[in-house]
Amino acid sequence: MLSCKDVTRLISESMDHSLPLGKRVGVRFHLLICKFCARYERQLLLIRETVRRLVATEDGPGESHGESLSEEAKGRIRKSLATP
Amino acid sequence: MAKPENTDPAEWVDRYGDYLFRYAMLRLRDRAAAEDLVQETFLAALKDRGSFSGNSSESTWLVGILKHKIADHFRHQAREAPLEDEDLRDQPGSSPFDGSGHWTSGPTDWGGNPADLYREKKFLDQFTECLSRLSPNHANAFTLREIDGADTGEICKVLNVTETNLWVILHRARMQLRRCLETRWFGGKTGKEP
Repeated sequence: MLSCKDVTRLISESMDHSLPLGKRVGVRFHLLICKFCARYERQLLLIRETVRRLVATEDGPGESHGESLSEEAKGRIRKSLATP
Repeated sequence: MAKPENTDPAEWVDRYGDYLFRYAMLRLRDRAAAEDLVQETFLAALKDRGSFSGNSSESTWLVGILKHKIADHFRHQAREAPLEDEDLRDQPGSSPFDGSGHWTSGPTDWGGNPADLYREKKFLDQFTECLSRLSPNHANAFTLREIDGADTGEICKVLNVTETNLWVILHRARMQLRRCLETRWFGGKTGKEP
């Protein structure tokens, strides 16, 4: 039987590669009966999805929450470009 | 058709500076390092203006250069602070499991439908803060995997680790990040009655 500790490790691994069938079945079965591990998986997937949307917003052309270059840094970079 | 030409480099900082900086900050979380890489990106672009093919926009071309600089930065960090046993072990006293592998304190209910989190400025701040608390190897692995969507083979090369070790690192990173977000973001919310 897989413990919760094993299952959390396998949930993470399954986000990086597909698990062998036996392990996959073991994890699915455990998740049916364990509320905490099922919640853990939902939360990891929520974090993944949220990060993806965050990145799409931040890297996109529109509105962003991120910070800007300071005027000082801009001045320094302009100078280095003018006298490479 | 004439070969596409770059815009005047004197305008680059105003056109693309903030955009590239934001891109670097999301991945490095370090102002000075992000400023340096933006500067290096512009200088490399200036030197190698012939590599701009016009197949993509100028900003995409510049981000491509910046991406390589960021990977070099991670490579350098991995060489400076190679993986240690500690990166792969449970931190003493911080494991949420008892000796037989059962939860001692399980994940709390995060409530409602938090799907719109990414729109909240404060969430970005807390996420960045939590990511900064991980060790550099953990944070960089998470960044490459979840922010850049790189596959594990690629990440192993950048961080110079085996795939088995990378799975352990990503597992530790996700577990610590989840717990940090629970404490710093969801904690205050789930305690309240609706």
